[in-house]
Amino acid sequence: MAVPYVLKVLIADDTDSDRLILESIVKREGHEVVCARDGLEAVELFKSTAPDIVLLDAMMPRLDGLGAAKQIKELAGDELVPIIFLTSLTDTESLVKCLEAGGDDFLSKPYNRFIIQAKIKAFKRMREMHVTLHRQRNEIALHNEHLLQEQTVAKQVFDNIAHSGCLDAANVKYLLSPLAVFNGDVLVAGIRPSGNMMVLLGDFTGHGLPAAIGAMPLATSFYGMVQKGFALVDVLREINQKLKSILPVGVFCCACIVDMDFVKRRIKVWNGGLPDCYLYRAKTGEVEPVRSTHLPLGVQGDKAFRDDCVYLEMDLGDRFFMWSDGIVESRNHEGGMYGEERLRRVFDSNDASGNLFDEIIADVHDYSGEGCRDDDLSLVELKMVEPHEVDASVDALSGHVSTGLMEWALDFEVKPSTFRLFDPLPLLLNILVEVPGLRRHSGSLYTILAELYSNALEHGVLGLKSEWKESPEGFSRYYTERTERLRVLIDGFVSFHLSHKTTADGGSLLIRVGDSGGGFSHVEKLNVGHKTEGYSGRGIPLIRTLCESLRYIDNGSQVEAVFSWSNDQ
Amino acid sequence: MTQAVDLEALAALKDIMEDEFTALVQTYLADTEARVALLHELLTQQDFDEIRKNAHSMKGSSSNLGASLLTDLCFQVEQQSKGNHLDGLDTLLSQIDEEFLLVKEALENC
Repeated sequence: MAVPYVLKVLIADDTDSDRLILESIVKREGHEVVCARDGLEAVELFKSTAPDIVLLDAMMPRLDGLGAAKQIKELAGDELVPIIFLTSLTDTESLVKCLEAGGDDFLSKPYNRFIIQAKIKAFKRMREMHVTLHRQRNEIALHNEHLLQEQTVAKQVFDNIAHSGCLDAANVKYLLSPLAVFNGDVLVAGIRPSGNMMVLLGDFTGHGLPAAIGAMPLATSFYGMVQKGFALVDVLREINQKLKSILPVGVFCCACIVDMDFVKRRIKVWNGGLPDCYLYRAKTGEVEPVRSTHLPLGVQGDKAFRDDCVYLEMDLGDRFFMWSDGIVESRNHEGGMYGEERLRRVFDSNDASGNLFDEIIADVHDYSGEGCRDDDLSLVELKMVEPHEVDASVDALSGHVSTGLMEWALDFEVKPSTFRLFDPLPLLLNILVEVPGLRRHSGSLYTILAELYSNALEHGVLGLKSEWKESPEGFSRYYTERTERLRVLIDGFVSFHLSHKTTADGGSLLIRVGDSGGGFSHVEKLNVGHKTEGYSGRGIPLIRTLCESLRYIDNGSQVEAVFSWSNDQ
Repeated sequence: MTQAVDLEALAALKDIMEDEFTALVQTYLADTEARVALLHELLTQQDFDEIRKNAHSMKGSSSNLGASLLTDLCFQVEQQSKGNHLDGLDTLLSQIDEEFLLVKEALENC
């Protein structure tokens, strides 16, 4: 709302001649005048005409200037309506009363037109500034409300994606501010079909929405791929490439990604730009740091990107710690930084039975004092446990599926150029996990498909002899031959036939894998489950335990497995 | 002799009021005449508070018309009535009667 050049001025005075004079002076300045003869009339006129400035005689019948001023100020509310008292009062006490009633200035009799002109001009400017101020204040408030609303929605969307994982698994502890995503911190964790747990802690450059925006594709890629059985390196490359292509130069993501194998009790770590992670040995209390040896995600293109990882054996109870720089960069009141040495001391002074996770947080709080905010502190602890301790929390995730693929069949054939470059298993598993009920068996399905595929490719298409693998020299020869034969391969195929049907209490999946090879001689023995001395078992005993049935067809170049599942499992 | 009405102030007022100057003078004279009569009335009722208020208003309007002496007399009435002094007020009102006649004459002839 702009203040018009012509002001509306309310004049209230019970003395007619004084009012006439003031009216003339104000009108000569080009303003519009409305007149009242007492306080009550003034308040009524204020309501009906909404004047810009009010000139009030202090002494008036019915309602005096003081009473009128109070009511007018209240009616004006947020708006600045200057009130100038018209008075020949001279004692200080009376003047103070006028100010207390809401008066902004005085005008004494006899009137001086120049003083009146000057005052009206000054208050007009003041009113203009006030209006501008209010408009801008309202705009800012609106923008802020808007921003908070956007952040809430963005956070909801992100939480829906990020929290679909297994952060609540029994072996995971983490500290993450509810608004961490706006600090650029992101933590995702998922279970691979193999039963491995994959965890990524990331720290995007910057703050606010620009820092949060990259977390979305990161989380969707992570969960999409981990669930389908992609390996750490594949997930890493995909996220790196995606971030590289969408983020502006200068925005990237420091990250550490871990793949935990609970069966083999070892982890695979890739650290790009995060502070040293610590592997804490429960037995000895020793700490092994894992340094960042890579550039952050989103910096380099796929070709230059390096994906070599560190492998670490972990005993039961050993713990792996990751953090964003919020911990080591926590400040105290003197501006000092918490630093890595202090962090290390928490580990060194730990008595091995203590709760390291809580001790770290407590120590950081002690250091930074009362004013410490957790907004920037992100900390994760991963404990090595027995596989079954992790499984429980995973099954809960797939309990709500009810619709999806029911009865279907699929034929899929892999040709030589694909063998060399592409692992078809994630693609197939991707389809299989769309079947309600099959998702939670993705681990078994992966094992079955992987064994049958590698048998078909290596023994069938490439004609490699499994018995080579029984001696160390043969083992090495086997893999040299595998690489070489793959390279020169021109003809051949591996075919998959998958068909699924539902049963009363579950479903059954038929998997038939064929290859272009010549089969093998001990088909019958394998089919009846005889020991096959001198021949490798082709991983078949393991698969047999997972499947309802398994048999080789014809000369062994086709194998058919039936996997059954029930809702009650 | 002191002028009943300050001619310089009156000239400025004429400049401001233009055509309405005569109407202003008439309004002031009628208003003041009524107030003077009211003051006498209030004095017999010994309503000092009302005397003070009316004298205050009359002081303001008289100052705007440049009637300096009358303004001054009104101021004295205002002060006296605050102390509820009956004696002085009587005398002051008589002086106001006289001064008002002079102001009226001066204004009507200007």
